[in-house]
Amino acid sequence: MIPLPFLVVFPALVAALLLLVANETWRRLAVWAGAAIIGAASLSLLFITPQSGPLFYPVGYEALTEVMFAVEMAIAVFLIYLGIKHRKYLAIFLILFQAALLVSFETGRASVVHGVVPNLFIDQLSLIMGLIIGIIGSLICIYSLGYMSTYHEQHPTVPDRRRSFFFLVFVFLSAMFGLVFSDYLPWVFFFWEITTLCSFLLIGYSKTDESVNNAFLALNMNILGGIAFAGALIYIMAVSPGGEMLQLHSLIQSSHAIALVPAVLIGFAGITKSALMPFSGWLVGAMVAPTPVSALLHSSTMVKAGVYVIVRFAPVLTGTMEGLIIGLVGGVTFLLASAMAISQSNAKKVLAYSTIANLGLIVACAGVGTYKLVWAAILLIIFHAIAKSLLFLCVGTVEHRIGSRDIEDMTGLIVRMPRISVMMFIGIAGMFLAPFGMLISKWVAIEAFIEAQFGLAFVAILAFGGSLTVLFWSKWMGKIVSVCPVAEKVENGIPTEKWIVLSILTALTVLICLAFPVISAHLIEPFVLSVYGQTTRLSQDNLTIMAMMHFLLMIMPFSMLLYRNDKRIVPAYMGGRPTTPDLTFSGSMGMKQHVSLCNYYFEEVFGEQKLFMVGSALCLGLILLVGTLTAGVAL
Amino acid sequence: MSSLSRSPWLIHYDASSCNGCDIEVLACLSPLYDVERFGIINTGNPKHADVLVITGGINEQNREVVRNIYDQMPSPKVVVAVGICACTGGVFRECYNVVGGIDRVIPVDVYVPGCAARPESIIDGIVRALSILEEKKAEMEKQGGKGRAGSPVGGGQ
Amino acid sequence: MHMGNALLFILLAPIVGGLVAGIDRKITARMQGRVGPPLLQPFYDVGKLFEKEQILVTPSQNFYITSYLVFIVVSGGLFFAGGDILLVIFAFTLAHIFLVLGAYSSYSPYSFIGAERELIQIIAYEPMIILSAVGMYMVTRSFYVADIMAAEFPLIYYLPGIFIGFLMVLTIKLRKSPFDLSTSHHAHQEIVKGVTTEFSGPMFGLVELAHWYENVFLLGFIYLFFAWNPLIAIGALAIVYFAEIVIDNTFSRVTWQLTLKSSWIIAGFMGLANLGILYYLSAVVPL
Repeated sequence: MIPLPFLVVFPALVAALLLLVANETWRRLAVWAGAAIIGAASLSLLFITPQSGPLFYPVGYEALTEVMFAVEMAIAVFLIYLGIKHRKYLAIFLILFQAALLVSFETGRASVVHGVVPNLFIDQLSLIMGLIIGIIGSLICIYSLGYMSTYHEQHPTVPDRRRSFFFLVFVFLSAMFGLVFSDYLPWVFFFWEITTLCSFLLIGYSKTDESVNNAFLALNMNILGGIAFAGALIYIMAVSPGGEMLQLHSLIQSSHAIALVPAVLIGFAGITKSALMPFSGWLVGAMVAPTPVSALLHSSTMVKAGVYVIVRFAPVLTGTMEGLIIGLVGGVTFLLASAMAISQSNAKKVLAYSTIANLGLIVACAGVGTYKLVWAAILLIIFHAIAKSLLFLCVGTVEHRIGSRDIEDMTGLIVRMPRISVMMFIGIAGMFLAPFGMLISKWVAIEAFIEAQFGLAFVAILAFGGSLTVLFWSKWMGKIVSVCPVAEKVENGIPTEKWIVLSILTALTVLICLAFPVISAHLIEPFVLSVYGQTTRLSQDNLTIMAMMHFLLMIMPFSMLLYRNDKRIVPAYMGGRPTTPDLTFSGSMGMKQHVSLCNYYFEEVFGEQKLFMVGSALCLGLILLVGTLTAGVAL
Repeated sequence: MSSLSRSPWLIHYDASSCNGCDIEVLACLSPLYDVERFGIINTGNPKHADVLVITGGINEQNREVVRNIYDQMPSPKVVVAVGICACTGGVFRECYNVVGGIDRVIPVDVYVPGCAARPESIIDGIVRALSILEEKKAEMEKQGGKGRAGSPVGGGQ
Repeated sequence: MHMGNALLFILLAPIVGGLVAGIDRKITARMQGRVGPPLLQPFYDVGKLFEKEQILVTPSQNFYITSYLVFIVVSGGLFFAGGDILLVIFAFTLAHIFLVLGAYSSYSPYSFIGAERELIQIIAYEPMIILSAVGMYMVTRSFYVADIMAAEFPLIYYLPGIFIGFLMVLTIKLRKSPFDLSTSHHAHQEIVKGVTTEFSGPMFGLVELAHWYENVFLLGFIYLFFAWNPLIAIGALAIVYFAEIVIDNTFSRVTWQLTLKSSWIIAGFMGLANLGILYYLSAVVPL
């Protein structure tokens, strides 16, 4: 049982070490070693996780909770200091409010004598989250090494604060491990706050006005969630003064009467953290941070914490009006964020909206919360984490080579950076195409929603939203594969560690699709079974067919070898105009004209502003509705 | 007869025609003449076409265009010059910017004279071009590869 | 799974598809007061394409087109083998993404715009096709084509709205006017041949072949609505296809905006209203 506390403490120790180390070589060594050990330790979790049900690991130190409280207070003071420094009064107000709630909770908690021993625990869901954090998170750490040195070469105006960067990244991992392994809700809250703090500091890394503003935007929204979480803690203390309900498992297994209100409040916290509408702004704004930070926020940490707690509380939410409405917030977000992604040409923004959309889908599944949907939600978390981290890191690599993250500038990337393009292509395919991962979850989700109560609305959302995702991914793919005749190859000079990380993630994207029946059978199904008493899986027929499709997709590229002999290369048809290889022709009056092709962005239909207003209004309405309902229950 | 001559898809290019011959070419597609009886389709895309139908003569503006369209057609392919301007330059022959007939730029297989050429003779010209198409195909196969059909193979009206 | 049916589809669909295309062209010609081409004209056309020289803009086109054909055949084969209809739809989408990528890969203005329009068409029809599958599930309680086929009552009786919505997107899928945005069977389009502009010779032959497979698959999809009685089903297929030809010959091409809006609105109203009523009914009186 050593790995659990080890995984929480060790990254924090590495972080502390990295804060002290200024030498590049030593930092490199520490990050590599730390990442390798974290990865290995998270893999070792596979061997200690029981086949069914959670395994608890009591932590003897009662005083830890008080220490955590003290740290939370220190964080509040630190944030207030930053708030005053940057004159962000809303943030100060929110922090003060949250701190007040915490103090009242802590006095309430300390005043009762209780025999509750805070536990760490592991079950299959925690294991899955642990693997995602441990493997993908540490891969991103390694990638950051190369990225950050190039970043500082290219941005000489940004002060080099790499020590605190790596410190924060490893603290982030530590907090995420703590979050998914803690059974004691005040602890979950503590780690929750740490992730908020880390993301706030990482978003503001470059200290430009824009990044500071966006960092505070993220902070405000996440503190709002934190307030709801603190409210949940206070409510639990009020209904069960003994404090035994502060344990996650007892709470989930208790009656609806007790668990529903905390579930909704924590669900709201999850909504803010996973950036559903109307809180999507912070995640979009977070792209000002260096790309590995985005990769970290989007794939293995932060937003996944949000959906994790909602999936945890899915058994409480299922079958309730509140759960349905939370699901609808997710559904609306999925539909509109997918549409908004269509109008974006900034690759990181497209990825951001796609993340928001997928988180929406996960929340929709978890909110409605039948056993099939929870199965689909967990599968979505896994596939999304891998493919999205791959895509962010690809975009980051491309950005450093071609100096742009605009999809329009990625024309003909297949010629300019063939290997990266193939990886990016696989990542994108993994996001929406059969027989890759995300699609499997959407498929199961459609099947499961039909049987769920009021599921028809979600089926419609999936049908329409799913086709919107097809549009924005395919046109991106199209840009990459366009073969422009004259293009310079610029793939050299990418550090080896970036290649290693990208190759591993690409391999994972493909392998996970082949291996997902095993993952489903050994990890997801036992979890769903232990929570719901029944479980689901894809039928053997369909698995066989999908394996066949995989096989076909893998052999298809070899068909290119068949066509080598009898071909004649002819330039593209230009209405009969003779055109040079770099697509220049003489237009009317002999003027030289250059051809450039640009994707459609459908601004007038899928405009960002317009849809955001609509989505925010809808989701805010839904959240207010669920708030009213919950208040009715609570009072 | 192979499929080749049963399915001649053509591209029609107006080099510098006065539109007289163009209208007659389009008339061939109308219900009265209905060239689709022979499987003829006006594709408008050189990459799909087998027959290049050109009306009007070559001038300095369009010689490159005619060349370009011809080059973009997959072999075997035939060229039909429709109307006297396309055949020889016609009344515009002596103009300062007129080069002459189509065969000054690309090999022409069938000449359909007339001012304007009548639909019947246009259809007749295209149908004659089909046998040349077959010949070119045979020649291509004899050469073993699917290389570009080189020299023009005579014929005319 | 009936692998035999899949095999039959792979062997016979090109023949059926080609014949349907031939009949289509013949009827179209008659509607326009022409004699029209021979019935077997589509076979001559494709035969000719395979006799032509291979010209390419970029060799990667081959890969995309071959994959397009392969996955159209896979999705059709899976359909006729009685497989899961949602998987069929996903494979079908995958196939079309390959077609679109093939068009993008040539970096030609015409096929580029064709590709963009093809994508718009995909998002216009895909929701309706998925809703159709959902409707069939709600009536038969199975996503397997084999089970839907075995239903002993007419699906059309429960799914009239879905059926109308499906006819709407069928026009898009058959590349019929007014929705032949990305490429058209008719001569002269404003974007030349759109998505297929840069495919020529044998490669274009494969595209045509894929289109035949696709049409047979779509006819099979309509058949499902009437599967309880094969005679009526075949009659319905004939009527539907004839109606598509009439529409093709009486409408002019519309803009992509109208295509997207109309198909989504139809899918939204007819499809969802139909599903909603079914949903309500199944809650009150289980089918």
